[in-house]
Amino acid sequence: MARETAQTMAATERASAPPDGTARTLRTRLAGVADLFAWPLRVSHYLELVNPLWSSHLLRARVERVCDETHDARTLILRPGRGWRGHRAGQFVAVTVPIDGTRHVRTYSISSAPEHDRTSECIAITVKAVPGGRVSNHLARDLVPGAYVTLGVAQGEFVLPESRPVRPLFITAGSGVTPVMGMLRSLAARGALPDIVHIHYAPSARDVIFADELARLAQDHPRYRLHLVYTRGAGGEQSPSHHFSPQELDALCPDWQGRDGYACGPRGLLAALEEHWSGNGLARRLLVERFQAALADAPPDATGGRVRFAASGIEVDADGATCLLRVAEASGLNPAHGCRMGICHSCTATLVAGCVRDVRDNRLTSDPGTRVQICVSAAAGNCELEL
Amino acid sequence: MTRNKPLAGLDPAALEEFGRELDVIRDEILDDRGERDRRYILRVIRVQRTLAFAARLVMYASLAFHPWFGFAWASWPAFLSVLLLGTVGLGLAKILENMELGHNILHAQWDWMRDPEIQSNTWEWDLVCPADQWRHSHNVVHHMWTNVMGKDRDVGYGMLRVTSRQRWSAFYAMQPLSFVVMATFFEWFIAVHDLEISRILAGKRSWPEARPMLKRVGWKVGRQVLKDYVLWPALAGPFFFWILAANALANIMRNLWTFTIIFCGHFPDGVHHFSKRDIRRETRGYWYARQLLGSCNIAGGKLFHIMTGHLSHQIEHHLFPDLPSHRYPEIAPRVQEIAARYGLPYNTGSLRRQFGTTIGKVLRFALPGPSPVTA
Repeated sequence: MARETAQTMAATERASAPPDGTARTLRTRLAGVADLFAWPLRVSHYLELVNPLWSSHLLRARVERVCDETHDARTLILRPGRGWRGHRAGQFVAVTVPIDGTRHVRTYSISSAPEHDRTSECIAITVKAVPGGRVSNHLARDLVPGAYVTLGVAQGEFVLPESRPVRPLFITAGSGVTPVMGMLRSLAARGALPDIVHIHYAPSARDVIFADELARLAQDHPRYRLHLVYTRGAGGEQSPSHHFSPQELDALCPDWQGRDGYACGPRGLLAALEEHWSGNGLARRLLVERFQAALADAPPDATGGRVRFAASGIEVDADGATCLLRVAEASGLNPAHGCRMGICHSCTATLVAGCVRDVRDNRLTSDPGTRVQICVSAAAGNCELEL
Repeated sequence: MTRNKPLAGLDPAALEEFGRELDVIRDEILDDRGERDRRYILRVIRVQRTLAFAARLVMYASLAFHPWFGFAWASWPAFLSVLLLGTVGLGLAKILENMELGHNILHAQWDWMRDPEIQSNTWEWDLVCPADQWRHSHNVVHHMWTNVMGKDRDVGYGMLRVTSRQRWSAFYAMQPLSFVVMATFFEWFIAVHDLEISRILAGKRSWPEARPMLKRVGWKVGRQVLKDYVLWPALAGPFFFWILAANALANIMRNLWTFTIIFCGHFPDGVHHFSKRDIRRETRGYWYARQLLGSCNIAGGKLFHIMTGHLSHQIEHHLFPDLPSHRYPEIAPRVQEIAARYGLPYNTGSLRRQFGTTIGKVLRFALPGPSPVTA
C-alpha cells in the first residue's frame, strides 16, 4: 500500500536521531566525542562504507528476499540496520529508493507481524505495481536481493488497541489488505484470534494478495470469517454492483454496528464506508487508512492555481506565469533568495504537494519532497510549498 | 557594450542565438542525468572517505618508526617518509573533499538526486569557511557578477590587483608577498572574505553588521581547529606535535592546490573584465558571453580534472554552474566549437601557461599603470 505524503520525508531523513529530551547516556556522549574526530561528517559516515546497515545517520535496510504474491504484487523482505525501533501491526514505513539517480519516497504498510520481526530481524512490505507508477514498478519488478533502501521510522495510527479486546471488521480492497495482514499475522502469532469478519475486494481471484495465507487462516481459525468479493465479472467488465453496498454489508456481517471497523483501500471505497458509518452515527467506530495524495498530479497544460505556503499558512491564487518567489513576496512573505534567475539555488523550497513548472524549460515537477527553485518556478495547478 | 572587443562585433540577435545554442546543451545534460551520475558521485565520496581514513592510519603507523622506540627499523628517514606518505594522502583526500565534493555539491549540482546526504543546503565541508556563508559569496555574488568591476568581489579577492582597471595604490606594491601568504593560508582568506573587512576598515561597513558572520566563522574555526590540531594529535600522545604538524601540512597542501587552480580560473592572460555599464539590461545571451570571456580552462587528463573539482573546466562551470561536474569534459568540445563559430575566444592552456601568466600579472600590476584599455 503506497501513500504519497511529503510529511513523511522528514521522518525518513535522520530517522534514528535520538528524540529531544532523551537522557544522554554514556554511549551517546562517547559517540558525540567520536563524531568530533569525523567532523564535518560523523563516524557513521565511515561505518557505512564497511556495512550500510551499521550507519546511524540514516536507517538503511537490505533486501533479503523477494517473493511474488500475485502477477503484479511482490513482497520484499527487508533487514533494517541499526536504529530500527520496531513497529506495531498495521503501521507503515517510508521507503526511499533511487531510480535513475533520483531518490523517491513512498510509504508502505508493513505486512509482517511485529512478533516475527524480533525473531527474524526482518520486516516485510508488499508492493503492488500500479500501472504507470514509477516507484511501485521499480520496487515490485526491478529491486533484487542485496539492494539497499532507506527506511523511515514506523508510524501511523491504524493499529489495534492494546488495552482492550476487539471484535474487528476488516474491510480491505486491493493492496489495502497489507496493513490488515500485519494485524492478522500478529493476532495469530499471539495464538488468540478474536472474532473477526474480513471483507476483501479484488478484481478477480488471481488478484488476491495473500490468497493462500488468508484461506489457511480461515480454515484453521473458525472465528476468522473471510469474504472475498470479486469486482470484475467473468468477462472482465467492471460492475458497480460488485462494489461496496450497505445491503451487501448487512448480508455479510449483520452485526457490523457492534464491531470495530478497520478499512483500507482506494479513495472511493473509503468515502462510501465513511458515509455509511457516519450516516448511522458510528463515525468513531471506523478507522480508515488512506493511500492517495491530497492533491492529484496536475495535467501538463495546467495554468496556475491555488498556492499554499504551508509553514506560514497563507493561501493565494497564482497564474501559471508568475514565479512563486514573486507570488510569495506579493503575499507578504520574505523568502531567502539570491540571483532570482535560477543560478544560485538560495531560494529552493520543498514542494509539499501539487505541481510546479520550471519557467525556463517548462519542466513539470510534482513529486512531493522535491526542492524547487522558486525564483524560476510557477504554479502548474494547485500546489503547496514548505515556506 | 562596446568596451569589450570580442562582443562589439556581434549583433544582439547573434548573441541571443549563441545563448540558445548553449541552452540546448544545458537541457540535454539535464535530461540525461541519471544512475550513471549518481554512481559517479557516490564513488568519489567512497574513495575520498576511505583515503582520508587510511591516510590518518598511515600517519599513526609512522610513529612506530620513530627513533624514540629504538626498534631495529626505527630511524628518522623511515619515520619521516611514512609520516609524509600519510600527510600527502590526507592532503589529497582534503583536496577531493574541497573541490570535487564540497564546491560542486554546494553549487547544487547534485540536488536533483534528492539525497538528503548530498544537498547544497545541508552539506558542510572540511574548511574553516562555513559552507552556507561561502554559498552566498560564491554562488550569488561571484557567479552572478563574474568579472564585473565593483560587483564581483573575487576580482583579486580584495587583496590583489589583477587588471589595470583596478586603481593602483601603495598597498598593491607588496602583492608578490601577499600572493604567497594567501596561497599558503587560502582557506582562512576565504573564511574572512565575506566579512568585507576592507570595507569595514574604509568605514563603509560597521563591525556590528559583520558580527553574526564573524560568530559563525568563529564556530566553524573552532570545530576545524579542534579536529585537526587538538583531537587527532592528542591521540598520538607524546607525538602530539608530529601529528599536528602533519595535519597542518595536509591543510597547506590543499590550500596551495586549490589556490593555484582557482587563480587559473579568472586571472590568466586574455581574460576579460566588464564594467557595470556593460551589463545594464544584460540579456541571457550576453550573460553567457560574459561568463565565457571571464573564465579560463586548464588542459589536463581525467585524474587532473577530478582533482581540480573540474574547475579546470571553469568556462563550462561558469556557463552551467549547476550541471554535475563530471559532465563538463563531455560538453567542452561543443562549447568550444560554438564559441569559435561566433568568433568568441575560448581561453584554455596548460597549467604552466595559465598559472604563469597569473603570476606575471600579479608582478606587473604590483606597479602602477598601465592606463586601462578602453577600446
